[in-house]
Amino acid sequence: MASAVGLDLVDVREVADSVERFGQKYLDRCYTPAEVAYAMSAPDRVTGVRRLAARWAAKEATIKALDASERGISPRDIEITRARDGSIQLELHGPAFAAAQAAGATAFAVSMSHQGDLAAAVVVAHKGTRASRIRWKR
Amino acid sequence: MNDQIRAILKEHGRLAVDVASLKDDSDLYEAGMTSHASVNVMLALEGTFDVEFPDRMLRRGVFESVSAIAAALTELTGGSAP
Repeated sequence: MASAVGLDLVDVREVADSVERFGQKYLDRCYTPAEVAYAMSAPDRVTGVRRLAARWAAKEATIKALDASERGISPRDIEITRARDGSIQLELHGPAFAAAQAAGATAFAVSMSHQGDLAAAVVVAHKGTRASRIRWKR
Repeated sequence: MNDQIRAILKEHGRLAVDVASLKDDSDLYEAGMTSHASVNVMLALEGTFDVEFPDRMLRRGVFESVSAIAAALTELTGGSAP
């Protein structure tokens, strides 16, 4: 099975600055309501911003894995969710879903991390006929 | 228009070089702008030019240079932007 990988690194301070400068407009354009709610449920503001930064990194890593930077994908079209067992999953919507189909991606693996002022994510897009482990929504 | 774009890039683009040293067609990503910084640039452009970038324009190429941004704004404003 062929695979493609995407990696992204984000300075958490940049995300904090965006929240400070643009507020709800920034949140609405970049994250889904569920992602914002999860970040806002953090025990403190710093942890919440780190959660946003990690999610931004995962969105960018997904675009890189799909080689889809010119497809007109909203950051909200790539949603990072948590399964009941705590594992991270991708939900792709609209153009992101179409990009995954065009790339032949049938399953994804995603990992996120944040430490101090840095947040990072790696996304592996598996291409083949195996049953998808992700939840896709149009 | 390009002067306003350059002012926004200076404030929000997090460029590694002085924006004044860049040509209108210089690659802003090569100059240090990250994808996240490009979102800040977009939000600042929307506020300054009273436009909204539709999802179809959320492409790397739209924000890759001063000229590309100007072309996008011209499309969004129907050529009425200063």
